[in-house]
Amino acid sequence: MISKQEVKHIAKLARLGLTEREIEKFQKELSKILDYIEKLKEVDISNVEPTSHSIQVENVMRSDEFQIANFKLPGNREVGAKKLMELAPETKNGYLKTKPIL
Amino acid sequence: MELGNLTISKTHQGLIKKEFSALEVCQAYLEKLKKKDKKINAFLTVTENLAIAQAKKVDEMLQINREVPLLAGIPMAVKDNILVEDVKCTAGSKILENYIAPYDATCIKKLKEAGAIILGKTNPDEFAMGSSTENSAFFPTKNPHDTERVPGGSSGGSAAAVAANLSVFALGSDTGGSIRQPASFCGIVGLKPTYGAVSRYGLIAFASSLDQIGPMTKTVEDCQIVFDIIKGKDELDSTSVESNLKSEILNLKSLKIGIPKEYFVKGIDPGVEKVIKEAIKKYEEIGAKIEEISLPHTEYALPCYYIIAPSEASANLARYDSIKYGEIKNKKLKIKNLFDYYLIAREEGFGPEVRRRIMLGTYVLSAGYYEAYYLRAQKVRTLIRDDFNKAFQKVDIIFTPVSPTPAFKLGEKIDDPLSMYLSDVCTMPVNLAGLPAISIPCGNVSTVKSQKHAPYRNEVSGAGSKVSLPIGLQIIGKPFEEEKIFEVARLFEPFANIH
Repeated sequence: MISKQEVKHIAKLARLGLTEREIEKFQKELSKILDYIEKLKEVDISNVEPTSHSIQVENVMRSDEFQIANFKLPGNREVGAKKLMELAPETKNGYLKTKPIL
Repeated sequence: MELGNLTISKTHQGLIKKEFSALEVCQAYLEKLKKKDKKINAFLTVTENLAIAQAKKVDEMLQINREVPLLAGIPMAVKDNILVEDVKCTAGSKILENYIAPYDATCIKKLKEAGAIILGKTNPDEFAMGSSTENSAFFPTKNPHDTERVPGGSSGGSAAAVAANLSVFALGSDTGGSIRQPASFCGIVGLKPTYGAVSRYGLIAFASSLDQIGPMTKTVEDCQIVFDIIKGKDELDSTSVESNLKSEILNLKSLKIGIPKEYFVKGIDPGVEKVIKEAIKKYEEIGAKIEEISLPHTEYALPCYYIIAPSEASANLARYDSIKYGEIKNKKLKIKNLFDYYLIAREEGFGPEVRRRIMLGTYVLSAGYYEAYYLRAQKVRTLIRDDFNKAFQKVDIIFTPVSPTPAFKLGEKIDDPLSMYLSDVCTMPVNLAGLPAISIPCGNVSTVKSQKHAPYRNEVSGAGSKVSLPIGLQIIGKPFEEEKIFEVARLFEPFANIH
């Protein structure tokens, strides 16, 4: 079984606030699921290449251009920067506002 | 206006013959939705104004032109993890409760251009994580065949909307079975296209190497019509692919159907097994060759999926910080710094299953575990894909059940994640291999209504009476052979008068 300390550490990495009760719940649940996925250890994977995508994926580049009003997208499409900014709970002078890091 | 049997082509015929206008069809559906959806809870948002404006445009088009696109004036529903510009898109989550989509998903843009009418957004499991739609942060959707039961998930709202005739067709998304399993539970047709066949631009990402958008319809013909519109390469999704694969004309006499023996072992409901085997026999009777095959790594697909999907999900869901959109609801809290803001925003915003998967994904990707879990899972994924490749050297197409059971009861599996995950055991190998697969209704099983497990005890009536639950047959093809899947699926329709 994974420890309470480990659950807390993972929650911190995931930036996920947990209650005390949840920490205990995840201890049990995650341990159960991890035991189940241990099953993969039975499989011989020597000389097997990993698959990240089922199709061949290639990097696609676009020019890095500064745009202010609308984000122009390929295929004559655009997204209004205004629409994106309107979704934010707090903005100041056209920037997103957050809490201080420290 | 009788909406019960309206398919895409029937509605289209009615529109061009002026039996009804697009506005009349649209209003008939909106009215029905208002009356009937209280019982089913398929919709989260009804886009009445958008639908009426779209319908009026189609009627103008119909006045000028004799010919309009097949989808013009056809009402549709959209799973609430696919963006429709200026319409709320929640992904079934509190963290996106008030999120207004700033643009159209590519598939929506294409469907709008084809004239389809958007009736509303349907209920999913939160971020498409689940197999019952009970993980929606808002309410569970009910199965129209028996409202004590789940519609399946995560595209349960879309499946229930089509099955209850609240929409002609719907869009869903499928990461481990989320189109096919609810299609099976609700007795409709659902296609998970080949990975890359349909653009994912504007789909709220769950597990990016597995997610696909696909049609959920009443007939195979409708499914093909919608797929033909939404498929294709999109510059805004670098994993999308243009496929010009033309399948050769199907010759029944030489059609070889593979039946993987691993899909008919422990855990399968005897009623389901019987219905699937009868369906296979029908194909044999009309001339196809049936061959038993083996996909030896099948038993590892589920644990493999439960490493890969949560890993990708934990990375994809890192973006939800309630800074760019969303907000912290508890205004009384004194929040000192950014770190605490993240913790609180995400604690408030995410439900239990999403938290479970973020935790699992973060754990298996964390320092020291990457090789033991994630890399190993990616290698097992290669073996699962190789199994299918080898099988397709011997057979043209593969038949399996969609899910080991018919629709289960609300509340029955919600507290046992592993048993819930097993509901997708026949569908998730297909996502890992990136293959196309369809679910078509192929029969029913009868079961007795009981009060056991029913969470709404006082609502339950008719205990002891029989209900008939639909069962789906899964037809799996080679990459980009959707056309062949449609042809093979259509062969069953003469036998499928089961509604």
